[in-house]
Amino acid sequence: MHGGKEDGEVGIQPCGDREGSDRYGIPFSRFLTPDGALSDAAPGFASDRGELAALYAGMLRTRAFDAKAVALQRTGRLGTYASSLGQEGVSVGLASAMRAEDVLIPSFREHGAQLWRGTRMEELLLYWGGDERGSDFAGPREDFPVCVPVGTQYPHAVGVAMAFTLRGEARCAVVVGGDGSTSRGDFHEALNMAGVWALPVVFLINNNQWAISVPREAQTAAATLAQKAIGAGLPGEQVDGCDVIAVRDAMERALARGRAGGGATVIECITYRLSDHTTADDATRYRDDTQVSPHWAEEPVTRLREHLVQAHGWTRQEEEELRAETHAAVEAAAQAYLDIAPQPVASIADYLFETLPPDLKAARDRVAEGGNG
Amino acid sequence: MAEITLVEAVRAALAHALEEDPSVIILGEDVGVDGGVFRATEGLWQRFGRDRVRDTPLSEAAIAGMAVGLAAQRFRPVVEIQFQGFIHPALDQVANHAARLRNRTRGRLTCPMVLRAPYGGGVHAPEHHSESIEAIFAHIPGLRVVIPSSPGRAYGLLLSAIRDPDPVVFFEPKRLYRAQREEVALDGAGLPLDTAFTLREGRDVSVITWGAMTRECLEAAEALAGDGIEAEVVDMATLKPYDAATLLASVRRTGRCVIVHEAPRTGGFGGEIAARIAEEALDALVAPIRRVCPPDIIPPLPKLEAAYMPTAAEICAAVREVMAWG
Repeated sequence: MHGGKEDGEVGIQPCGDREGSDRYGIPFSRFLTPDGALSDAAPGFASDRGELAALYAGMLRTRAFDAKAVALQRTGRLGTYASSLGQEGVSVGLASAMRAEDVLIPSFREHGAQLWRGTRMEELLLYWGGDERGSDFAGPREDFPVCVPVGTQYPHAVGVAMAFTLRGEARCAVVVGGDGSTSRGDFHEALNMAGVWALPVVFLINNNQWAISVPREAQTAAATLAQKAIGAGLPGEQVDGCDVIAVRDAMERALARGRAGGGATVIECITYRLSDHTTADDATRYRDDTQVSPHWAEEPVTRLREHLVQAHGWTRQEEEELRAETHAAVEAAAQAYLDIAPQPVASIADYLFETLPPDLKAARDRVAEGGNG
Repeated sequence: MAEITLVEAVRAALAHALEEDPSVIILGEDVGVDGGVFRATEGLWQRFGRDRVRDTPLSEAAIAGMAVGLAAQRFRPVVEIQFQGFIHPALDQVANHAARLRNRTRGRLTCPMVLRAPYGGGVHAPEHHSESIEAIFAHIPGLRVVIPSSPGRAYGLLLSAIRDPDPVVFFEPKRLYRAQREEVALDGAGLPLDTAFTLREGRDVSVITWGAMTRECLEAAEALAGDGIEAEVVDMATLKPYDAATLLASVRRTGRCVIVHEAPRTGGFGGEIAARIAEEALDALVAPIRRVCPPDIIPPLPKLEAAYMPTAAEICAAVREVMAWG
């Protein structure tokens, strides 16, 4: 019914029992096992070395960007930052399935998707460094900026998708949130609306098991997050979010369905947040290393590299070249970010309205002269 | 010209906007085949079709959030929230997204949406149907708050709100929906936003108000005129950003100010008006500023509602009090 592919591999099931009536028949897919073995049921692109190398490069870039961003924050050169360590497969998998003309409505943890779609690293750093211009990225111009109030982004996707439908465009809105966000009313309201009007939306849940300190099992009694789709009349499925192939495959199917007028889909990607919630968080207050460590064996980057080495003869030289290239790009972006001059102070008022009302104009001028508005 | 009520003026403005701009779409609960619970959208669904006038699920947060998405995609959604008392779930989207989208993307994405909601009491409505919470919205930077007080201003201000490139909340005084008829030229001409309207000129005292309370203020001014007191009645119309120039000029002329609103006293928008006058025209005052408004109580259910609503007599009493000074 959902077009979900089941494969034979059953590894760690971090999200409840695979079987059982409380799963409401939600399919689960994984093609790439943690040790790098690929299932025969994998989609066509998964046998293409070039495709896999591109996905690998995208994930490696995301991880390197994250590490640099955290380092910049720790040295006082970036604001609070939300790392996506361990979730690169979700970000890159979802973005690699999208077309340029689709619209991404991200949470605050999908840097990898934003980078894949063309937002530049220095633009993301600019935002996280505390400068609104980082959300005025050069591309893709219709994508939303990151959404900080958790879950409030879901209804935006309904409106964006409705705009596509009204104009007769075969485009999709892709909205991303975390496990915690599925407890919010906005999530359910948006699913419900997208269902009523069969809108081309993909609701992608990055279930990294933690909403700051609250673990997945304390977030909901539902056996899966994907089954929340059922109440809205939508198909829902789970994928291994550390398998970039499974994420991309599920996304491709959902996007094709949306473009064909088949409506919205919920995809729950099961991952693990290997980092703190943000640089302002200290996860040792609520979870032990013994809990976290096993998940390093599942993480998406090493997993795909293992497969590239085993099945495609990925060489040490290729690896080293890619790493050097990635490192250079990240360092160059960081320097470009650090070299950007601050906005003029008066710009704090300039974008409230298209035309500044007199009171705001006066406040702007006072600020520009060094006053407090 | 047509002699129409305020709700008919709202409908005429919506019809004109739908006609002139294909990016305008109407969304809300029961706005379609039913024409809205106050009939503000009556006939529009039949005339413009369900793509332009869309019944939504009962889902205020998502309706407002969807409007943000549509607006970012260059549509001009006009959302109806059935009663202001039910607008709170939409407040998150209005405050966190609609009002901020232009600023946080430095103008890359904008949010030309209108959120309409009937507000206010005095119509013997059920619980949660009589609120006047305009001050909550007026506190949000990046948002326009507009409240019409007559059929003509409802028509012209709503057209301007829909044409405005930024988000507007448009609170309609439900008590006035059918209270009066007025000749309105349905020619598509907008009225200026951010502009106060002097409804009656007078040299002795400035009565500052908006929305449904303009009626009681004009009634009071008429009664006071019989005693030789000339009250100037100023309808603020746009509470944010508001027309300080008209407000301050009036108070400077009269030296006295009475502020009238239907919302509870503390934190009501009258406090902002009084503060602004104190900051910029204190030297012109010959009497303390007075507010005529309900105390900090929840609007009572219909049997005691009359005790809540400010009356013309109370406004007259406040004016006489400030006239005793100087």
